[in-house]
Amino acid sequence: MWREGENPPNPPLRKGGFRRQFRNLPPLQKGDQGGIFVLLILPGYRGKNLTTMPIKTEPMTVNIGPQHPSTHGVFRLRVTFDGEEILEVEPIFGYLHRGTEKLAEERNYTQIVTLTDRLDYVSSMINNQAYCLAVEGLLGVEVPQRAKYLRTLTAELQRVASHLMGIGFFLQDLGTLGTPLMYAFRSRERILDLFEMLCGARITVSYMRPGGVFFDAPDDFWPALDQFLKDFESEYKEIEQLILENEIVMVRTRGVSLLPLDVAINASVSGPVLRASGSDWDWRKMDPYDAYDRMEFDIPTATGGDNYDRFWVRIQEIHQSIRMVKQCIQQIEPGPIRADVPLILRPPGGAEAYGRVEASKGELAFYLVSDGGISPYRCKVRSPSLINLTVTEHLLVGWKLADMIVTLGSLDINMGEVDR
Amino acid sequence: MNCVLGPDNILYDTLLFRVIYDGVGNVLPCWLSYAVAGMAMMMILVNGVLLGAGLFSWVERRLIGRFHNRIGPNRWGPMGSLQPLADLVKLLVKEDLTPRGADRIVFAIVPVAMLAPVVLMMAVVPFAKDTALANLNVGVLYILAVTSITSIAIFMAGWSSDNRYAMFGASRGVAVLISYEVPVVMSLLGVVLVAGSMSLNDIVSAQTVPFLLVQPLAFFVFFAGTSAELNRTPFDIAEAESEIIAGYHIEYSGVKFALIQAAEFGAVLTSSAVMVTLFLGGWSGPFSSYLGWAWFLMKLGVLAFIFSWIRATFPRLRIDQLLAFAWKFLLPLSIINLFATALEVFFLRDGAGNLDTTDLWIMAGINFGVAITCLLVFGTMIKEKVRPAGPVTGATLSTGEAD
Repeated sequence: MWREGENPPNPPLRKGGFRRQFRNLPPLQKGDQGGIFVLLILPGYRGKNLTTMPIKTEPMTVNIGPQHPSTHGVFRLRVTFDGEEILEVEPIFGYLHRGTEKLAEERNYTQIVTLTDRLDYVSSMINNQAYCLAVEGLLGVEVPQRAKYLRTLTAELQRVASHLMGIGFFLQDLGTLGTPLMYAFRSRERILDLFEMLCGARITVSYMRPGGVFFDAPDDFWPALDQFLKDFESEYKEIEQLILENEIVMVRTRGVSLLPLDVAINASVSGPVLRASGSDWDWRKMDPYDAYDRMEFDIPTATGGDNYDRFWVRIQEIHQSIRMVKQCIQQIEPGPIRADVPLILRPPGGAEAYGRVEASKGELAFYLVSDGGISPYRCKVRSPSLINLTVTEHLLVGWKLADMIVTLGSLDINMGEVDR
Repeated sequence: MNCVLGPDNILYDTLLFRVIYDGVGNVLPCWLSYAVAGMAMMMILVNGVLLGAGLFSWVERRLIGRFHNRIGPNRWGPMGSLQPLADLVKLLVKEDLTPRGADRIVFAIVPVAMLAPVVLMMAVVPFAKDTALANLNVGVLYILAVTSITSIAIFMAGWSSDNRYAMFGASRGVAVLISYEVPVVMSLLGVVLVAGSMSLNDIVSAQTVPFLLVQPLAFFVFFAGTSAELNRTPFDIAEAESEIIAGYHIEYSGVKFALIQAAEFGAVLTSSAVMVTLFLGGWSGPFSSYLGWAWFLMKLGVLAFIFSWIRATFPRLRIDQLLAFAWKFLLPLSIINLFATALEVFFLRDGAGNLDTTDLWIMAGINFGVAITCLLVFGTMIKEKVRPAGPVTGATLSTGEAD
């Protein structure tokens, strides 16, 4: 992090632009005579022998962000370049800090659900789920079966939406002019429409509540979901055909920004970024919550740990999510959708709970401490994006500017979650 | 007064010029009517290129909208066709900013320096029978010389903007332009060899078989090189939107930005025009003595569409891969093409050094074989070379049983 006084901010450019940089040239070495004499107009080099002159490059510090189009929000990287190559990286964040954890101490347990929507705003269903699991742990209530299935279904749909966005922006960072992004958005819009049918909101859904979900699905939701699943098959095939075997995508991403498994584990990285490095760690298998213990699915893993693998794992996870959605539709049965909980929740004092889910970016967890009041004494968010960002320097140093943007895209961070 | 234009004048072949010259020459002195006719031609050319650039900006935005499953601009005029006008008005009334540390003079020259070569390039392109502004006998050389000005303009822009992103863009742009100039020149040598002339009029009339068929490898190299010089995907690293935002023209706004944009869109059209002339037979086609311009515009439209199509589809290469592509792939290809063409011309030409249609068809057959072989061999080779050595992806699906 940048501290006042320690690292000076960007040195101001010399007055008169870049021309001044050529005024103080390195002196010629002995034995530089011979070869071709080159006459240049540049003052320092006039009549000098350029063939044996050492080429000196100056490192250049550039601020990438916070208003850069490819930093996925208000993220800033202070990067020192040698030409195009990255020498030093310093991630700087906090531009989107809204004090969610402190705000949570001033809201009651039901109101906090709306705060979680705004953490990772492209996968708000999964944020709701993690928070509700934590509150249910505090209260010790059992969620009805139908609500469990509805939660699993919406969370998986949300994962598809989030991964579609991740893939789309990853390819946008690779330099496509928005075509794969718009293809991905076409399907994502359909999912958001489904959410609108469920709860009236598309992005900040606040669909799940402690003890269950807020609304049951309306009657026309199920035919619409079936229609979506039918259309999505061909739409997703189109996206895969467009991008998966593209030669330029392969050349740009394979073998770039490697993340070895030991580094990933030491840095506590989770989610698709970890699974691309060779681990099959997934909370949906390791500690099944909601209806995941009754779901059949595989965990896509890759061993390379490069940009292509992270991208590939996301693509495969979408297949598995769709598989789970189909199982939810088959297994869901009528019943109550919310446990019998009061409007204002009062967990017992001194209770602690840790609710964790496998979010689209990694392990998302809420740690809640109750003092017996209507709002938590402490609410800590373990946001996967922030922790996945800790390997930034390891991934970026030594690669080029163009790779840096792609690597950031492959990490699929969300600044709402990083800054909280 | 009766002014007569000598046949040795480079403007002699331009029908419209002679009409204006003769007409005005009845009332004005000859030198003045020459100037008036010349200015009239320039007006037509400059405005034609700028209008074409505006029109193409609309067409491309509509096209890319369709590629994106969107509608594209559709508010102003029928199907949004007045959108360029609205854009222009918006850019004209915007504040024209100059950064504090900028080299003001160089900064102000850049938009003109970028637009000028685009317009100048059109001066030698024949649109229809007797409708080139100047029938230069070194037309191909002139086009290559004029397009090289762009690299200077790009570097001026990056240098004078006093912005590090602009400097990135400028150094990338110059590296790309210098690298791709070489294979482009080499590929055009093959065309010149077959046509036996550097004049674009002669090249058009030599194309009894379009040179796209006779010189497929040269067309491929020229098309790739032109894409790179136009800064279009997959070679658009000089103004990479997602990396260095807008590259060398990041600091430009208002009128200057409008001119740079017009230059970029116009450059696509003029480069397509040059390609039509060199490889697709120019204005020739059925009824070309009346409908030459229609043939020309049609072929130009096809090429411009292909440019838009590629732009909407491909991701961007990295700079080292881009330069490797130029030096290790395109340059050997163009040299092979040049050697093959030279041998064919040497053996097939008749006593006067001319090639007839049968010879061209024979060359087309041989060159297509050469092109396919080369692309396959080099394609496999560069695949192995460019792909970075890293651990091979062994992707698996794990059931991940909980323990």
